[in-house]
Order: sequence, then C-alpha cells, then structure tokens
Amino acid sequence: MSLLALEAVDKVFGGLHAVRAVSFAVEPGAIFGLIGPNGAGKTTIFNVVTGVYRPDGGRVLFDGQDVSGLGPTAIATLGVARTFQNIRLFRAMTVEENVMVAGHKLHKAGLWSAIVRNTAYAEDERALGTRARELLDVLGLAAQAGDVAGSLPYGSQRRLEIARALMLGPKILLLDEPAAGMNSREAVDLERQIRLLRDELGVTIVLVEHNMSVVMSVCDRIHVVDHGETIAEGAPAEIKVHPRVLAAYLGQEDAAHAEPEAHA
Amino acid sequence: MSAALGPRKPRWPLRAGVAALTIAALYAAGLGVQAGLIEYVQRILLIAGINVILAVGLNLINGTTGQFSIGHAGFMAVGAYTTAFVGVQIAPHVASLLGSGSVADAVTFNLALLVGAAFAGLAGLVVGLPSLRLKGDYLAIVTLGFGEIIRIVFNNAQFLGGATGYNGDSAAGLPTYTSFFWVFFWVIVVIGLIRNVTFSQTGRSLVAIREDEIAAEAMATPTTRLKVLAFTLSAATAGIAGGLFAHMQAGIRPEDFKFDKSIDMIVMIIVGGLGSISGAALGGIFVAVSLELMRDLQEYRLVLYALLLIVIMLVRPEGILGQRELSFGWLTRRFARKEDA
Repeated sequence: MSLLALEAVDKVFGGLHAVRAVSFAVEPGAIFGLIGPNGAGKTTIFNVVTGVYRPDGGRVLFDGQDVSGLGPTAIATLGVARTFQNIRLFRAMTVEENVMVAGHKLHKAGLWSAIVRNTAYAEDERALGTRARELLDVLGLAAQAGDVAGSLPYGSQRRLEIARALMLGPKILLLDEPAAGMNSREAVDLERQIRLLRDELGVTIVLVEHNMSVVMSVCDRIHVVDHGETIAEGAPAEIKVHPRVLAAYLGQEDAAHAEPEAHA
Repeated sequence: MSAALGPRKPRWPLRAGVAALTIAALYAAGLGVQAGLIEYVQRILLIAGINVILAVGLNLINGTTGQFSIGHAGFMAVGAYTTAFVGVQIAPHVASLLGSGSVADAVTFNLALLVGAAFAGLAGLVVGLPSLRLKGDYLAIVTLGFGEIIRIVFNNAQFLGGATGYNGDSAAGLPTYTSFFWVFFWVIVVIGLIRNVTFSQTGRSLVAIREDEIAAEAMATPTTRLKVLAFTLSAATAGIAGGLFAHMQAGIRPEDFKFDKSIDMIVMIIVGGLGSISGAALGGIFVAVSLELMRDLQEYRLVLYALLLIVIMLVRPEGILGQRELSFGWLTRRFARKEDA
C-alpha cells in the first residue's frame, strides 16, 4: 500500500484552477520528486496534503486513511511533516528550542508536571533536548544550537526547518524547495543529508525543488505538474527526456506552434 | 550536568525549606512595612503588587502567545466580585468552624480568592473559546467588547449592588483582608506559576504560536487548545488580582474596571517589554508609582500614557527589558562584563 496517495485532487481559488485532477502515489521509503515550472501548483499540493487547504475535489489518503478534511495539526500528528518554501522558523527562539517545539511525541508529562517541576518534567526536558541535539547533529547544526534562529544564514535556516520537521517523528517529510538559496556545495551536502534521512531515519520524502541536479540525483521517481495538471511521471532518466516536460520548462512546444502564426 | 551520577536526591526537602524561609521573610517584611511605613506608601505597595500580578498574567497572552487582548479588566472584575461575594457569604461558616480571628480570616480570604480565580478563569474560557479563532485587531475588538459586557452585567446585577457597587451588604463595607503579606504571597505564587508554564514545552509552544502560527500547526501544536489555555490561566490570575483589589477597600464598583484599567495593563506590559515576565513585573510597579505621581493630573492620564507609549515606540520599542528576563545568572554575567571593561 502506498504511504501517501492523491486521488484526482482539485483545488480552486476563485477563477483559478490551481490544481486539477492530480493523482499520484508515494511508496514507503521513496524519495519522490514533485516538479514543475513556477506557479504550477506544487506548493498548493503540499498545502492540500498538510491540511492548510481543504481539497475542492478528490481525496488524500495517508497510510490508507482519508485525511482530506483534517486540519494541519491533526495531519501533522498522524506523521506528515513539512518544511516551507518561504522559511517559517520561530525566529526569536533558539535553534534548539525551534526543534524541541515539534517534539510532542517525547512530551509525555502534562502541564501540571511543568508547574510543580517534578521528575517527569525534568525527564521530558532531557529527552526533548537530547533528541533535538541529535537531529541538529544530523543536519550539521549542532554548533549553532544556542543561537537565535533568525540570526542563522539562509542555508542553515533551511536545514533547521528540516531538523524541526524530523522532530515530529514523521513517516513522511514534505520538503518545499530545500535547496533554494543554497550554493552548489551546500546543495551537494543537502543531497547527502536527504539520502541520510531516508536510509538512516526511514523517512519517506516528497521533494519540491527547482534545482534539477538535486532532483535528478536524489529522487527515485518524479511527478511533473504544469498549470495545475499532471504532465508526466517516471524515473529521473525518463523525465529528463520527456517531450512534454521539456516543453513545459523550455517552451519548445509553444515555440513550435506559435512560429507559423508569427510569420503569418 | 551530572545526571549520570546514580539516583538523585529528592528535591522536595530543599524546596520546602526555601518556601518556609520565603514565607517567614515575607511575614517579617509585612510586619516591618506595617510598623515602618505610612499608610499611603503601604497602599502604593499593595497596588504595585496587584499590578504585578495583572501584568505578569496578561503578558502570558499578549507577550508570550502574541494574542492581543485588551479586555482584561473584565476578568479582574469577575475575580473581584466573586471573591468579595463568596468571602462575605462563607465568612460566618468558616468562623463557626475555626472561630473568629486572623486564621479564620486568612482561610476565608484565600478560599474566596481561589473561587474568584476559578470564576475569572471560567469567564476567560467562555470568552476565549469563540474569540481566539480571531487574530490581531479583530481579537482586540472582541476582547474589548467582552470586557465591557462583563462590566455592564455587574452594573445591572442588583444583588451585587448594581452601579453603586458591592460593599458586602454592610455599612462597614468589605473586610480589609488584603495585606502586604497576602499580596506578595500571591505575587510570588503567580510569578512562579507563569514562569513554570512559560519555561516548559507548553511555553515553547505558546511562543511558537506567536512567532508563526502556520508553522506551529504544521509541527502538530494544538494551537487553539493552547491559546484557550493561556487565556484561561491569564484570566484566572487577573481574578486573583481582582480579589486582592476588592478586599483592599470598603467596596468595589463597576467603574473600577472600566476600559482604562485594561489600558493600564497594556501600558504595564509594553513598558516592561512584551514577552518578559520580569519586564511585566517592572511595568506593573512603574504604572503604580507613575499613577500616584500623576494623581493631580488624573484627567490627562490617558493622554500622558499615549505620549509615553509613543516615546517608548520611538526610543525603545522592545520595552525596558525586551524579551530578556532578569535573573541572577544574567545579572552576574552583566556585572562580570562591566568589570572586564
């Protein structure tokens, strides 16, 4: 059974059909790429999957359960974590605290324990801190644990978002343009880290990314959308030479059709 | 960090010792204040303490969680009326059990304060559940409205004296239970409570809601539940402040809890630094003292506050302390740095 499945999902904003009958399935353990030109609807698809938007048609199945109507908190609790295209860190908090916030599964003692500061509270804090530092270590941010998140360089902020998302202990992680703003060396590091997440932590990954060398090198399977519609799906090698994908990205098809008219 | 050194000693004997010492010191200080200071100064101290409770409580909502509430005087009113009414009603029963005297008074007073806090908290829950779906200005308007509604309800509650106020249905007025000891006892309890909530996973989640609510939701933070929790706690502490306020004087009137009172509280936390517990406490003291200094200018108070807020926004927008906390660690670091220089 696939871990995440979209069945003919539609999303409409007023007159704009942002997502039209998009279906795909992500198998457990996959690194699944979701690509398309700017404005193709990739982030909208993420927002539908994570419950920020409610789909106007079709359904989203996570782990066999229909999650289409659920809110973001409920979906995140089920094990769907994400990062954001426009970074959304808790900027005034430290790097470590940012990660700890997502540690609901390690947070067993209730508010009362915090108020009376008993052993259960201390154990909770220790468990949260330890796990947070482990994840920061995986993402190469251990040295910055005490820094204020908003003061980190851009690339580090992106990696911090991944660390924070992992703290949820997710089954699936949706990465929205993790390589944006990274130089090529940072991007290669990121590729290694993404593989590490899948191989070591067993997290299935869905990746929206414009950096094609990252997408082609880490993804097992790629789904391509344009103007809210699916135009192709396949292995990286197929996608690289797929005529409709090339057309969408390079405008070939348009050029071919438009040329005679232009001369007429 | 020496966590690996076998089972640790239980911490409760130490805590009990610290608590006993604090209470003893507070009691001694109370005696000293009563003997050494004129009544006028004593009263300013009591008001300052009550302000600290109000400010620290409101800061949990406005500073830590980032939800702008400007109707807190309403919750203070609920606490004040409930405490006064319950205190008057149960006093004879407590006296019949414990006899009359200062112990019976203290028991009556603190039971009534707790009931007042519970009712204020309940009012916070009732107001918070529907209104915390709103954000920013909209939430501010709704809380302002609720604050006024609560006041108008008391204005029309004849069994609580209506517009002329509640004095316990006796010519002598409400018993003056509120003393230096009890005000600062509750200051310590409330600061301790709010501090322990703030520096915990719950507190981190509240700050996360302030920083970015969408991201907080994506991290499985139950945002609505936490906002309502913070609002309820905040209202309950305002209720305690209200109860202390009620028993400081002969009677309470609905107009003691007008919109200006809510604005006073906003000024306290903005002056002190939104998001800082010690800043809120400083702001509470600041407002108590400045109100006394401006006593002759009562009518111009809101004008002066507006000017003050503008000056703060220009000169130090983060308030006196910003989001820092005054702590022994911070102070020692600060002075160590000074010596280096």
